[in-house]
Amino acid sequence: MTDILAITDHRRGELRDVSYEIITAGRQLANETGGDLHLAVISGTVDEFAEKLNREGVDAIHTVDHGEEFNHDVYAQAITQLYDELAPQYVLAPNSVNGLDYAPAVATRLELPIVTDTIDLATDGETLIATREMYGGKVETTTELEGSAVATIRSAEWPQAEGTGDAAIEAFDAAIDEDAIGSTVNGFEEIGGGDVDISEADVLVSVGRGIEEEDNLPLIEELADALGATVSSSRPIVDNGWLPKNRQVGQSGKVVTPDVYIAIGISGAVQHVAGMKGSDTIVAINTDPNAPIMDIADYAIVDDLFDVVPALTEEFQ
Amino acid sequence: MRILVPVKEVATVEDEFEIDGTEIAEQYLGADLNEWDDYAIEEAVQLREDGVADEVVTVTIGPEECEQTIRQALAKGADRAVRIWDDALEGVDLLDVGAKTEILSAVVEEEDPDLVLTGVQAGDDSFGATGVSVAENLSYQWGAVVNHLEHDFEGGIASVHRELEGGVEELTDIELPAVLTIQTGINEPRYASLRGIRQAQQKPLDVQNLAELGIDEGAIESELELTDMYEPESESDVTTWEGSSDETAGQLAEMLRDKGVAQ
Repeated sequence: MTDILAITDHRRGELRDVSYEIITAGRQLANETGGDLHLAVISGTVDEFAEKLNREGVDAIHTVDHGEEFNHDVYAQAITQLYDELAPQYVLAPNSVNGLDYAPAVATRLELPIVTDTIDLATDGETLIATREMYGGKVETTTELEGSAVATIRSAEWPQAEGTGDAAIEAFDAAIDEDAIGSTVNGFEEIGGGDVDISEADVLVSVGRGIEEEDNLPLIEELADALGATVSSSRPIVDNGWLPKNRQVGQSGKVVTPDVYIAIGISGAVQHVAGMKGSDTIVAINTDPNAPIMDIADYAIVDDLFDVVPALTEEFQ
Repeated sequence: MRILVPVKEVATVEDEFEIDGTEIAEQYLGADLNEWDDYAIEEAVQLREDGVADEVVTVTIGPEECEQTIRQALAKGADRAVRIWDDALEGVDLLDVGAKTEILSAVVEEEDPDLVLTGVQAGDDSFGATGVSVAENLSYQWGAVVNHLEHDFEGGIASVHRELEGGVEELTDIELPAVLTIQTGINEPRYASLRGIRQAQQKPLDVQNLAELGIDEGAIESELELTDMYEPESESDVTTWEGSSDETAGQLAEMLRDKGVAQ
């Protein structure tokens, strides 16, 4: 029993990138165990999705044609039935918002341990070694577990699978118990909009937790004015209600690709980096020389933003 | 309606620290109320203030030292607290999702809440899985990563927004009883008032061990073993400007002018 079952992710008719990344992660584990890689694609236009997912290294794709969009009850039922049918060693799921909405339930239902948000995986067929971060990315850890398990993978950690595969595409006739479905997805809402589209800006002055108080925001606004730039922010600033949601850069906010991105008092959590790493030139102003933002910055000033920002503003006034 | 809020005291780490085996050396660690749980408490307390909930109870797995954090939650308006600890939990490196699920499920069964609100994840081990796992274990309904909750519960339904990636929210109706994992930004957590802090000292804080919850020690054995901890290798090729604030600002200004910014 060394096969891998990897679950794919899609939304509003589009497969998400992590669906191709999970093929790479799954194939790697399958190579280590000498097993097969099975993919599952559940709900939506499954046949169309299966064609696209048929990339190199995939042995079988199981389609579950039930409903248009994600519903965690449908996913949990379909995956547990696939597990019973295929008896894989590991179930892989994306560590996406939807992955976190069904993978723990699948693990509990199957009485399997779960390890989430992995950034690397290895196995000898018996022991799964998962690499994860703790304390907001300050340390990496390895965690080991024996036997079968559910693991979720962080997006953008494995390359996307390419090439064309010759997987067997099979419809899986999951018996979905409608009475056991206790939640209904009624639709979607785009957030943001508003007066400014930060994804269009050439220069972004982006502010994070280091600004400490709302009263200090004018410092950032004055700099942006002097530079002819647009103000954006990391998540905590928006959570605090200091800037509207349409200014948030990151996984749950906007993806931005300006010519220059000045990250001020932003530590660079992985969710934030996902939204700005495509910027042409990244400048970090931060007191912590080991902050994760330094790993992707092109230029850095390790200093107090309350000293540097006014000095910089003055340069342009 | 009764609301149960599982709350965690998380370890915080200073900017500079050392690792001792599979732990961060104790002198670099602090303790704080888990950020995500703070929002869950606020949401629960607002539901009680709106007259929707009658009682807000917190539950924490942790030793006596974390009572300070529990009192923070009480000071913000929770009515009473339950703390679970046991000799069997001493020295456990990593309490995994399965073990936490066993313990919290026993408390949920005892308290019989209509709604369980908890943070999406903990700031230290970041599993992000316990809430949904508890729901499944007890046949509660659930919703993960909730960033808006309607307070009317018409027809025994929780109408929520789930925060998806890329600035999209999913609008979902969930039958009660349910577990919702709460995302930051759903509300503005209050600071505890002096009066709240005083009152918190008087609020009930019940301590239970595993036997009292009817849990066998074997049931909470972690299946995950932490085997290594290290600082991630930096892949940085950053140019760090040195000097006084004026000097570094000048160097940055020069670079920006070269790029045609502000011209």
